[in-house]
Amino acid sequence: MSEAVNTTASRRMPDRLDRPVVAAILSWEALLIAVALAIFVANSLASPYFLDAWALSDLTFSFTEKGLIALAMALLIISGEIDLSVAAIIALASTLMGLALQSGVGTPGLVLIGIGAGLACGAFNGFLVTGLGLPSIVVTIGTMSLFRGIAFIILGDRAYTGYPSGFAFFGQGYVWWVVSFELVLFLAAALVYGFLLHRTTFGRRIFAIGNNPVAAQYSGVRVGRIKFILFCLTGLMAGIAAVLITSRLGSTRPSIAQGYELEVITMVVLGGVAILGGAGSIPGVVLAALIMGLVTFGLGLLNVPGIVMSIFIGLLLIVVIALPIVWRRIAGKPAG
Amino acid sequence: MRGLFERRETWLAAAIVALVALVSTRFAGFAHPSNLVLVFNDTSLLIILALGQMAVILTRSIDLSMASNLCFTGMAVAMLNAAAPEVPVPLLILLALAIGLALGALNGLLVWKLGIPAIVVTLGTLTIYRGATFVLSGGAWVNADQMSPAFIGFQRAQILGLPVLSWTAVLVVALFLLMTRTALGRSIYAVGVNPTASVYAGIDVGRTKFIAFCISGLAAGLAGYLWISRYVIASVEVANGFELNIIAACVIGGISIAGGIGSVAGAVLGALFLGIIASALPVAGISPFWQMAISGGAIILAVLLNARGERRRGRIILKKAEAT
Repeated sequence: MSEAVNTTASRRMPDRLDRPVVAAILSWEALLIAVALAIFVANSLASPYFLDAWALSDLTFSFTEKGLIALAMALLIISGEIDLSVAAIIALASTLMGLALQSGVGTPGLVLIGIGAGLACGAFNGFLVTGLGLPSIVVTIGTMSLFRGIAFIILGDRAYTGYPSGFAFFGQGYVWWVVSFELVLFLAAALVYGFLLHRTTFGRRIFAIGNNPVAAQYSGVRVGRIKFILFCLTGLMAGIAAVLITSRLGSTRPSIAQGYELEVITMVVLGGVAILGGAGSIPGVVLAALIMGLVTFGLGLLNVPGIVMSIFIGLLLIVVIALPIVWRRIAGKPAG
Repeated sequence: MRGLFERRETWLAAAIVALVALVSTRFAGFAHPSNLVLVFNDTSLLIILALGQMAVILTRSIDLSMASNLCFTGMAVAMLNAAAPEVPVPLLILLALAIGLALGALNGLLVWKLGIPAIVVTLGTLTIYRGATFVLSGGAWVNADQMSPAFIGFQRAQILGLPVLSWTAVLVVALFLLMTRTALGRSIYAVGVNPTASVYAGIDVGRTKFIAFCISGLAAGLAGYLWISRYVIASVEVANGFELNIIAACVIGGISIAGGIGSVAGAVLGALFLGIIASALPVAGISPFWQMAISGGAIILAVLLNARGERRRGRIILKKAEAT
């Protein structure tokens, strides 16, 4: 919906529609860059502590974990599905890591268990949706209760602590100067997912499925298999996020990452991914992750409570989606 | 008779009876009418909310903001009651309905006039309404001792052996049963079954969705007062995450998330199923920590049964019409 379709160029069928300069300026990503810059400037004016290398480094921690999941979630939503259970997957994966810790598993084992548990949960969602043909929004509301419920059964009101010092690197370590491991991992993952979505046949097939699953099926795309892979990827990223969060906090409670699923989906939608599938871009999602990090961190520096921040996130979501619609209507062009 | 056995409400009712019987083997008093009345009273709020949610889901939308709406409305009437105890309770209930309606109408307007998908709108207002509760209250709580006796006592008054709270749920169920038989109720179903055909039949799809959101807002507003006066505490944390229980009750009750399919009886039974599990676990000596996983499993099982039921009914003709 953000790309202006150039009808004159459609005589020969190009791989990609031409994007004139005007369209690039008016693109969703450009809007997000403008919003990010505006918030960045507002932050630097509002707080003297903002423009500092270490403060900016701390800022990245506020979006990398959710951003990692948002990358995979973007692909899943483009394909027309959704996964509301990602935060519950984090809780279950983290709990299983804590359980393994109790029986003396070392750092490499913990990481494997965390990521493996995420992958298994994702595969379970994928099986329910593609294998049994159930609607993903309801299935993942169910598994959301199920996964976090299992974490509660295992842990109750207790907590696991005492993770080994080597394990702390993933969530607290720095690769170089102020550049954290989490940030490097997020940027690397963004490159991988960007390549996967925008430069491979797999990515084109995701768009095809999202735009018309029936037509995609008839043109030889294995819709079920691709959706299954996307659920696995989303679970995998939630598993990775579980390792990072557990390492950063150094403890596991069943209530860990509560409400993350809504923030992840907000990121994806803010990034210009159509919630009904078929459109979206990874650069958009990365920018949206950055914007949400800027908003929460900037307001945090001003001692604004987290719950008030959530008003800004909610308003941001609705306003950014509503603005182009209102603008198009005022400009007299047909909506949609 | 055969139609009765094919209906999912029959099976759900049977499952509920079996569940009650099962718990009674562990704890004989559970099936006693006086206890069942208590269980129904405990479930009344979920029934009211699930019916409101049903109206929205039937139109192929979803309202994730109901619990936040409830929280805001409850806080508003509790604060008014603390500040001005002389304001009569019926007026407070009208106020709660009005605030709930306004918040629901805001959701509906964004869906209707701007065409933003309902899940995006209510995802936004879910956080906005709860945040607004914090702004309104300044983070403070309204405690039991700040509420007037009439405010707390209203829903506890007994009429014919049932508390007013239960009667309210019964009244809401009756209103919904009536509504499904009006032109509005039929158009809510029609919009969900086939939006395109609804337009040709002269139904304004956007306006119908708007009205559905107004209905869910009214339900949330009413539940807002009832929740606060039942648990006698108003805070920002009230009903946090409860939006998913509401949707779970609808799904277990056989209301299709794809719209157009579902009944008042289904929503009520779905809510009762969750309510009975919640009150049976402590009685049966199972740790309350099991509740979340059990309701999760119940949702998945219910969706599985829903999907099979919908497939058997063979709505292929409609699907084809939609695809073209």
